[in-house]
Amino acid sequence: MNVKRIGSIILPLVLLISGCSSIEPWVKPYERAHLADPIMSFSRDPVSDSYLSHIYQVREGARGAEGGHGGGCGCN
Amino acid sequence: MNRLIQWLKYTLRAGGFAGLLMTAVVNADTNSGPAPDFALKSHSGDNLRLSEFRGEVVMINFWASWCGPCRQEMPLLDELYTQYQPLGFTILGVNVEEDPSKANQLLKESPVNFPILYDNKSEVSKLYKVVAMPSTVLVDRDGNVRYLHQGYKPGYEESYQQQVRALIRE
Amino acid sequence: MEVAVAAIRQIVGFFSNGSLIPAAAGIKAAVLSLFFIALAAQAEILPEDSADAMYHSYDGGGVTVDGPSYLIRKGDNKNFSVSANYYIDSISSASIDVVTQGSPYNEQRTQWSGSVDYLHADTTMTVNYSYSNETDYQADTYGFSISQSMFGDLTNVSLGYSRGDDDISSNVDPGFDETADHQNYHVSLSQVLTKKLLMSVNYDALTDEGYLKNPYRNVRVLNDPDDPSAGFNFNTPETYPNTRTSNAISASFMYYLPYRAALKSGYRYYTDDWDIDAHTADVGYVHPLWGKWILEFNYRYYTQTAADFYGDLFERPDQQNFMGRDKELSEFTDHTVGFALSYKVLENGWGYLDKASLNFKYNHIWFDYDNFTDVRGSPAVGQEPTYDFDADVIQIYGSVWY
Repeated sequence: MNVKRIGSIILPLVLLISGCSSIEPWVKPYERAHLADPIMSFSRDPVSDSYLSHIYQVREGARGAEGGHGGGCGCN
Repeated sequence: MNRLIQWLKYTLRAGGFAGLLMTAVVNADTNSGPAPDFALKSHSGDNLRLSEFRGEVVMINFWASWCGPCRQEMPLLDELYTQYQPLGFTILGVNVEEDPSKANQLLKESPVNFPILYDNKSEVSKLYKVVAMPSTVLVDRDGNVRYLHQGYKPGYEESYQQQVRALIRE
Repeated sequence: MEVAVAAIRQIVGFFSNGSLIPAAAGIKAAVLSLFFIALAAQAEILPEDSADAMYHSYDGGGVTVDGPSYLIRKGDNKNFSVSANYYIDSISSASIDVVTQGSPYNEQRTQWSGSVDYLHADTTMTVNYSYSNETDYQADTYGFSISQSMFGDLTNVSLGYSRGDDDISSNVDPGFDETADHQNYHVSLSQVLTKKLLMSVNYDALTDEGYLKNPYRNVRVLNDPDDPSAGFNFNTPETYPNTRTSNAISASFMYYLPYRAALKSGYRYYTDDWDIDAHTADVGYVHPLWGKWILEFNYRYYTQTAADFYGDLFERPDQQNFMGRDKELSEFTDHTVGFALSYKVLENGWGYLDKASLNFKYNHIWFDYDNFTDVRGSPAVGQEPTYDFDADVIQIYGSVWY
């Protein structure tokens, strides 16, 4: 799919979604104890994860869309 | 297919702008009016009720042991408490965790002088519509909510101090 | 929020106005520089100040690569966080290609990278730069990304763009000087689904253009197209297309188990215009033990189809416009099994340090090629066994937070 198309669809979508503040967050900030737990991090050691990504990228044809992020304590 | 994508792009752009407007309008703050009353068990074992502190300036601070900025803020709040408590000021540190053991561990290592209350059923958090961690509410001597701080960044303690002094003088 | 909108508008402009350079093949070192982009920041709080020192080692298929990696990160606790990384690969290569087409060599690759994060309300903007250097390959990579939290911090959207410029020379031919460019558009969305379940979706579009092949590698061609028993030779250099367009999309999940453990899983689909389709699936289990230890187990599965111009053996030197025999572009599968052990030291701080950890990670990878053969010992044409090998990957590192 053309990258320019993706760009011009996703960005307005992001703006639209961010305007929908009438949707109440279903996990309240004070309910994030488990999500804030360090073991619930997609990447506890970024240096180590980057190194493993590098190992695979050198030896495999595929690359990209690696790793995850998000969750956390949602503070501030 | 192309027409569909064009239409989709147009609708989303229009929606995006509408969304922006909505953000501006809908994000009205509710930081005024009488502070809802509540009673919670405290660190020392007895129940504490907010209305018992009528006549004093009260700072209600919602915190959790897993919240980095909350932990950063605690010693600064403790200093604020020590400084202004003789003038009729108190801080109620409302811990929002279901399981208070981590919070107690933290307090054992870095104790504070102000009362700690346990909101383990999140009733008071819901009552005060807590939307950020930490949240700090300042209640005046008449029991009205006057200031609301969402989150904590270094430097906030300056405005806490200014606001507490202003409320004490009233 | 307004700042984020303005920044996003800039990026929209970037997307729509910048010409989309047609795709070209990716070469290892350039893509390696992009790996630093993976160190994405959280939106609402800056990354913690920390320092890491790691020893890494890869040993498999006749290749050993090891070296240190140092990272330091410091912020002002309000808006900025800066990081710097110094990384070395010391390579000793007697891989199957090297052994069948050349002679074993030693080499060193050094990489310096840095990034700056700027946090304003719920938006984090990051710029990063990386420089990779080895005797026959230099790569500069520049990247920018913006990350925005919304929905009460349940959702985080991140957009990024990075560009790499590579200079390729040759250890055997001093006059050789080529370039390759890489561009990477990245979108990711992370979503808190429930109090215990997190999801992360990533999409990458990559384009490469320029000299995308390996100047040292040749293809295998029959000595006589009509008589396979006449044997083969490695006299013909590879020819690759000079563009490559790739798309990859992935989804990962983290689930919190009630007795305090985490389960993770992920899947990635990759496709490009060289006809390579790949699937990656991984699962992991994180288990804290005895208060200070964290144990983790991982399994990863990878499979890919071959590039359309890939061939293990060609009949004629001019059989196709593009010909390649890089096993990385062949049809193959790999499995990884690994574990990690982490020990929390200094839980209560020590002077300037808040906490520290010692870590050990081990991974074992099995590579199994379907249409790349092992021609060591010059087997008869048609009798070559398919190639497979396995590798040990070790990481030992310490981290401190301050």
